[in-house]
Amino acid sequence: MPEAMGFFTDTTICIGCKACEVACKNWNQLPATNGGVSELSGDSYDNTRKLDGTHWRHVKFIEQFEGPYNGRWLMMSDVIDMNPAAGTAQKCTLCYDRMQVGLEPACAKACPTDSIQFGPIAELRTRAQKRVDQLKAQGEKRARLYGDDPNGPLGGLNSFYLLVDEPEVYGLPRDPKLPSRNLKSSGVLSAATGAVLGLVALVGLRKRRMDEIGGGGERGSEN
Amino acid sequence: MSDTFVTASPHWTWFIIPYFFVGGIAGGAYFLAAVLEWFGRPEDRPVIRTGYSLAFWGAVLSGLLLTLDLGRSLRFLNMLFQSDNFPHLMFKSFSPISFGAWALLLFGACAFVSWYAETGGTPAKLIAAVGGLLGFFVAGYTGVLLSVTNRPIWADSPWLGALFLASGASTGAAAIALFAPGRGATERSLRWVTTFDARALIVELLLLIVFLVSLGTVAKAWLSVWGLLLIVGVVGAGILWPLRLHLKPAGAGALRNPAVMVLLGGFLLRCVVLLASNSIEYHRVASVVAR
Repeated sequence: MPEAMGFFTDTTICIGCKACEVACKNWNQLPATNGGVSELSGDSYDNTRKLDGTHWRHVKFIEQFEGPYNGRWLMMSDVIDMNPAAGTAQKCTLCYDRMQVGLEPACAKACPTDSIQFGPIAELRTRAQKRVDQLKAQGEKRARLYGDDPNGPLGGLNSFYLLVDEPEVYGLPRDPKLPSRNLKSSGVLSAATGAVLGLVALVGLRKRRMDEIGGGGERGSEN
Repeated sequence: MSDTFVTASPHWTWFIIPYFFVGGIAGGAYFLAAVLEWFGRPEDRPVIRTGYSLAFWGAVLSGLLLTLDLGRSLRFLNMLFQSDNFPHLMFKSFSPISFGAWALLLFGACAFVSWYAETGGTPAKLIAAVGGLLGFFVAGYTGVLLSVTNRPIWADSPWLGALFLASGASTGAAAIALFAPGRGATERSLRWVTTFDARALIVELLLLIVFLVSLGTVAKAWLSVWGLLLIVGVVGAGILWPLRLHLKPAGAGALRNPAVMVLLGGFLLRCVVLLASNSIEYHRVASVVAR
């Protein structure tokens, strides 16, 4: 099996230029407008409108494939979005066409500070831990990795982060869970409710019959 | 703070709200018709016919609403067949949307046959059995689907599917009660429908309370105009008022007709559940956390 590849995003050196967003749209031929409205600032080479977690979310979680038509969603997130030109939902492919010829994804390539790095997960984890140690030595005690632990939530994320604040501040869930966690309990409770309502319907019919037997004489005189 | 607040809302348009409502009515109405098909009497035929009719036209409308919501309507075929591997079926057992697409299609087929065939008999009973179960599935899976999204409110409780199912049953019964008199339903048949409706409303009210309690601290997300509409519109006008009208009829007029009020409440329930969650923007949540 080929080595697992993924992203490491060091948020401490992100300057919010959005070159990654522009590169993604450019390489994948995605429109920069939606309904005629520009989704990029377009005022200058600095594309910053806002610097918060929602913009890194775009490369947050990657779908794990176990085979064709047997995909397992890791998380519902902005990785899946509408392409207003195509009118369909699309998601990050890690620039699969670039990877075929040995190039890294467009976003990582365009990043001027190497805040987004792409490579073998194991190698990225080692590099990320070194960076955390460096930051701590410099006095940034809050530095920590998010999603790197293979024994952590969801068995580690193939797109993980270096944070210096609470995950929520970056738009990341504290304890990411699969949405399908609710499927069984929700399905069972619905089926049980269906059974109760079915019973209510049948009890009503039975009562109708009993009432008629009980009130038979009265009904006879009516007829 | 629940992790569900750290997610993006789905790109649904307003078509989804009437779909959830109409799908519930269609499923609930067919289920009641199926019960009478099996255990009812010849005099119940007008009620059965009304149920099948509501189910069939409801299924047609549901399909229209869902395909329109896609933006590119023909893409609905991708929910049923593998595009690169036609005619292999597209079915994912872990996805309520995938399950729902097939359930709605098969339910629509059952509803069509039941509606088209004029009389009862064993074949009608068998189709009614399959269609009745599918009907309840169509009414309830929309709530399960919402619980399997990781979005606030929806994914914070496992009770939404049960709640939508009960609402589908109560609105299905209400729709039958509204239309069956014009099709020659007898007093006795109608009384069974309205009695069921009242009991379904009680089940629905209990489930709504359980749902809200099960949200825990997330219940605070209801402190909005949608929460107000939930209390006044869904509980007050759509459950408690029609229950009172069942006990003590208050005369003519739409607002005094329990069936009309139940339908209004069922529609508002879908509205507030959808919009209360969709109105939660992460940007605002993030700024609160950052402070």
